[in-house]
Amino acid sequence: MAELMTAPAPSGIDPNEAKMARRLSRRQGLFAPELLKTAFRRALVMLRPDILWKNPVMFVVEVGTVLSILYTFYKVVDPGSTLATLGYLIALDVWLFLTVLFANFAEALAEARGKAQADALRKTRQETPAFRVRNGERGARNGESDFFSSALHAPHSAFEETVSTALLAGDLVVIDAGELVPSDGEIVAGVASVDESAITGESAPVVREAGGDRSGVTGGTRVLSDRIVVRVTAAAGKSFLDRMIALVEGAARQRTPNEIALSLVLSAFTLIFLIVVAALWPMAAHAEDYMKGYVGAESLKSLGTDIPTLVALLVCLIPTTIGALLAAIGIAGMDRALRANLIAKSGKAVEVAGDIDTLLLDKTGTITLGNRRATNFVPLDTLAATEVGYLAALASAADETPEGKSIVELHRRTPGSGPAVPSPGARFVAFTAQTRMSGVDLPDGRVIRKGAADAVIKHVRAQGGTLPLLLDEQVNSFAGQGKTPLLLAEGNKVVGLIVLEDILKPGIKERFDRLRKMGIRTVMVTGDNPLTAQSIAAQAGVDDYIAEATPEAKLAYIRKEQHGGRLIAMMGDGTNDAPALAQADLGVAMNSGTQAAKEAGNMVDLDSDPTKLIEVVEIGKQLLMTRGALTTFSIANDLAKYFAIVPALFAGTLPWLKAIDVMDLKSPTSAILSAVIFNAIIIPLLIPIALKGVTYRPVGADALLRRNLLVWGLGGVVVPFIGIKLIDWVLVGIDVVVTGAGLPSFL
Amino acid sequence: MWLLPILIVLPTVLLSFPLGRYLAWIMDGKYKTPAAFRWVERQLNTGPQNWKQYAISMLLFSTVMFVFGYLVLALQPMMPLNQKDSVFPDGKGMLSPTTIFNTVTSFMTNTNLQHYSGEQHLSYYSQLVFVLWNMFTSAAVGFCALAAIIRGLRSDPHMGNYYLDMWRVVVYAFVPIAVLTGVPLMASGIPMTLEPAAEAVTVQAGAMGTDTVDGKDVPKPQVIARGPVAAILPIKHLGTNGGGFFGANSAHPFENPTSWSNWLECISILIFPFSLVVMFGRMLKQERHALVIYGVMMTMFVGMIGWAVYQDTLKPNPGLLAHPERTVKVPGADEKVAAPLAALPVDQSGVGNLEGKELRFGPSAGATFSAVTTAVTCGSVNCMHDSLNPLAGITPMTGMMLNCVFGGKGVGMINMLIYLVIGVFLAGLMVGRTPEYLGKKVEAREMKLAMLAFLIHPVMILGPTGLFAALDWGKAATNNPGPHGFSEVLYEFTSASANNGSGFEGLGDTFGFNDPKKNLSTPAPYSPHWDIATGLVMLISRFIPIIAPLALVAGLAAKKKTPFTSGTMRTDTFTFGVVLLGTVLLVGALCFLPAGVLGPVAEHYGPMPFGR
Repeated sequence: MAELMTAPAPSGIDPNEAKMARRLSRRQGLFAPELLKTAFRRALVMLRPDILWKNPVMFVVEVGTVLSILYTFYKVVDPGSTLATLGYLIALDVWLFLTVLFANFAEALAEARGKAQADALRKTRQETPAFRVRNGERGARNGESDFFSSALHAPHSAFEETVSTALLAGDLVVIDAGELVPSDGEIVAGVASVDESAITGESAPVVREAGGDRSGVTGGTRVLSDRIVVRVTAAAGKSFLDRMIALVEGAARQRTPNEIALSLVLSAFTLIFLIVVAALWPMAAHAEDYMKGYVGAESLKSLGTDIPTLVALLVCLIPTTIGALLAAIGIAGMDRALRANLIAKSGKAVEVAGDIDTLLLDKTGTITLGNRRATNFVPLDTLAATEVGYLAALASAADETPEGKSIVELHRRTPGSGPAVPSPGARFVAFTAQTRMSGVDLPDGRVIRKGAADAVIKHVRAQGGTLPLLLDEQVNSFAGQGKTPLLLAEGNKVVGLIVLEDILKPGIKERFDRLRKMGIRTVMVTGDNPLTAQSIAAQAGVDDYIAEATPEAKLAYIRKEQHGGRLIAMMGDGTNDAPALAQADLGVAMNSGTQAAKEAGNMVDLDSDPTKLIEVVEIGKQLLMTRGALTTFSIANDLAKYFAIVPALFAGTLPWLKAIDVMDLKSPTSAILSAVIFNAIIIPLLIPIALKGVTYRPVGADALLRRNLLVWGLGGVVVPFIGIKLIDWVLVGIDVVVTGAGLPSFL
Repeated sequence: MWLLPILIVLPTVLLSFPLGRYLAWIMDGKYKTPAAFRWVERQLNTGPQNWKQYAISMLLFSTVMFVFGYLVLALQPMMPLNQKDSVFPDGKGMLSPTTIFNTVTSFMTNTNLQHYSGEQHLSYYSQLVFVLWNMFTSAAVGFCALAAIIRGLRSDPHMGNYYLDMWRVVVYAFVPIAVLTGVPLMASGIPMTLEPAAEAVTVQAGAMGTDTVDGKDVPKPQVIARGPVAAILPIKHLGTNGGGFFGANSAHPFENPTSWSNWLECISILIFPFSLVVMFGRMLKQERHALVIYGVMMTMFVGMIGWAVYQDTLKPNPGLLAHPERTVKVPGADEKVAAPLAALPVDQSGVGNLEGKELRFGPSAGATFSAVTTAVTCGSVNCMHDSLNPLAGITPMTGMMLNCVFGGKGVGMINMLIYLVIGVFLAGLMVGRTPEYLGKKVEAREMKLAMLAFLIHPVMILGPTGLFAALDWGKAATNNPGPHGFSEVLYEFTSASANNGSGFEGLGDTFGFNDPKKNLSTPAPYSPHWDIATGLVMLISRFIPIIAPLALVAGLAAKKKTPFTSGTMRTDTFTFGVVLLGTVLLVGALCFLPAGVLGPVAEHYGPMPFGR
């Protein structure tokens, strides 16, 4: 992940690096003391059976522990009831209890981390004063927009002063420079620069304005300049952040489909092992009965019919490791999303991310750096290139779009060119979606227009002008190279071409290669014409592109892909993206986007960073992988435990079974205790893996499977053999010390 | 030594590919119905069925078979072809009701667990009308279910038609191949007659004992049972039924006369289970995937044969060897000293353990057959499994416990499908995606059904084994005390639950005729318990693991197919083969390791002689 995030930037401070650094600084140590304290307290509370029964695996352990403790008491009352020593039984009880406690602790720690994260967010949720526009005045005026703009200029006293928590959805509030935005909302009038660092951590202020796709403001951010009128979209406690806080705290956490399926598997395994162990009791009784006759003893007892020991075997066999960590893995997944400044509306959204087959990526900002820039002026008529540049710069003098500015810039940098300042009285014509041209009408009667090729051609034809020869070929040849040719017309003559070019983000091709290895198709979405789109697509190495993309085209593409069974992720910000965001399996709305977009998506990206999609997919995959790896590990562990426990169970009846004790453990009781202790301490040892997730590498599924199989499957078989042997040594060592001190042996 | 297994496995593998393709062709209905059958097929085809209709048809059909079978056996004394001979001058009587229940269930579920002895307890009519009919149809049930499951996996709009499938399997697959193998078997000396048992005067007068007639001792003639054996024998193996005409099954010279009839029988046991994996791939158009499954099954199968031959044919019978003095000390009891044993003057080198073996088949034939018959849950035997060396006994138990080493007709592949789903679920997560099988997402419903189908088998083995081992029901029924007796109990329930039908023997589970006076030996005291318990186990372990997967694939069929990408876990690679093999072995070991340790392993390491 880190590799992906630190693609080298051309110069200066890499924004990605800066972002990573910020995130790292937010990251708390896994075992920060204050978290541990909260988690420990919560772990004790979670021992309550009415809470624990939701986790069937751990509930079985708890019931078994109680049973074992009862038998320990019985041993005190009737010392002859079992062969096992009291010390052994007490040690067993303690470790069984610790197993439950560790499991609770894992979940509580994940929750505590989520909570700490949520608390940081909640600080932005403090009660703040708000100035509500009185509703009574509404409708008294002519149109809504008049009403809004009147609010923009009215004195403070005209508003009702209230607090953020009292706001309802639909209320209008006025926010002045220096004030906190009281709640999530949409700007209906005004423009302001807003400091969103409280939410995103980004210190540079951003511009938010009414209308368009940058109208969303988030509660807790601060308006730095100007006044805005905001319509509240979420009542107090109902905003995205509130929902997310509830999710990471675990209170509103619903189990995801995959988690439910996995829990089912774990419950089934628990049931199977319950039967294996339950059936072992009569089988052991059979062996006792036989041996009694064989050695001619009056009565014979083995650990095989000792209930606490059978409970210990059961606890060792049922998948306690994954049962203990499952909830923590889920919470940690949400938490990782939050750390990446992504607000997931549900745990399911994170899980779905791992399954994504196709990414719809906006060209601008994701594949290319910012906007297109003018790189060349090409004369088509009698004029020289500098003259074309001069006219182009004149036409763009009032053009505030990045493209327009880059045209003026290119002209200024051209050697031997004079300043292009239109004479006073010039009338600028702005770009509209209908004309798809912009330009200037000069006082001397000259009409200069620049715009998309077909629009300018139509304009020139309408003026009765003729087109230069080979115009189409010229236009197409530039378009074919991935450049955008704009035509420049003076009067009824086409005088030249302005060539705009996209600059690809560095390292983007490699990143797409890696996505392809992960099995993910990338689709570039652009408003460019098909020729340009095709060329950029080829340069960037995306698998497909949608050219001249309209919201409808995006929606149609998503539907088509979904029909083929693929899962689609897309990112969007505008209101017109909302249908596509809703249709996509994973819709990530930018925080800067409109409310409609945020409502439609299932995640909100606080950074409004289009490359975030790639990160989302990795978080999702990591979540699923961690579940799979720990489940496999948990089940693979059982083999070694059998080899430790089964010979021990029958040491009293079939002593020759010692032959299969490959670990050569000291005594039956030390063998059983070692297995139980291993089973318990593996839980806290794996908490870091559960919380951080198994490392995801963008390699093919087969390579990933081989690696995980080796580490978690084979490792799961081998590790407990070593672990149990080591614990056995330690136990024997302790026992030697204890008995040396004159105390009775507990083994 | 190793030549026999190779001679059996290699030709079967070669034959299984064309036969598998043929079966796929038949089950997909691509053949042109012969004119004579057109009317029949039209009548049988009740139309396309969904999974519920298919399952109900299967249950309905089985119920009818049960009622019919019960009537035939219960009315045995009144039915024709009830031959009389000097042992049974009035012909065969009625079996005890619990034995009828057990036998009917056993044949209906393709188990053929026999708590009776064919030549003693069944008339020719029962053999031909009850046994033979069941051998054809019950074997086809699993076959049909597999075909339906494949149709579900490839998202056909429906699961096919049960009755038509049944017809296709029996008429186009079983009957022709049974006729084909029946002829050489008859040629090898298997009788095909309706004549009553032959009586022969023994060379040594009185070798069979004497009768007292009018105060004088008259030597008894030898009564040699025979009958329409060759009719039953081919389908006994082809259908992985395993129910012998005679109590001694394929160890009997009339059921398995020569070493080459033994070879042919082994091949006919294996051929359909091998071919069905090929059919699976062919019908699904996933031949590489099927090849991986084939490979996994073959690895386990070769392991089973290898283990059995190594432990039984290459190791001597420990009962004949010298044993040093051995002291057994357990806590809470005095030391027990097992006296040293001298070796018997027997040279076992090169032949291994010959106890309970038929020498005419060759030294490794018994061990090989024990692996063959349990891997594919046939249940026919050519040696005494009870007499295998203790560790060699693990092979037949493993075959039945895993129940997917090719496995029974159709159901073996279905069981493997369950392991596949479990393996895919765990491994699929490890590649970071919601697990999917053949492009279909494996979610909660699938896992619920898969785990249900899966846990029936261990529950049905371990639960009753524990119960019977602790009570006199089991303890008093076993010939041997201790671990060996435990193995007998464990084996019986494993065989019942795997629908295998072979026995470890040494278990008193035969009641015989309802009228105890008619019985040659006294009824075993706990035989009704065994009849009912194993009967119930067979029923539950037969139908739930078929119906649950039917429901599972029906759910998968309704799902959208996810396209294959490089992020998808492939199911046709070596890596996946390792996953599958690992899942089967690990999960299998976790379920059955303790029981296995208490039986064969404890016996192997225990003192000699066993018992008190």
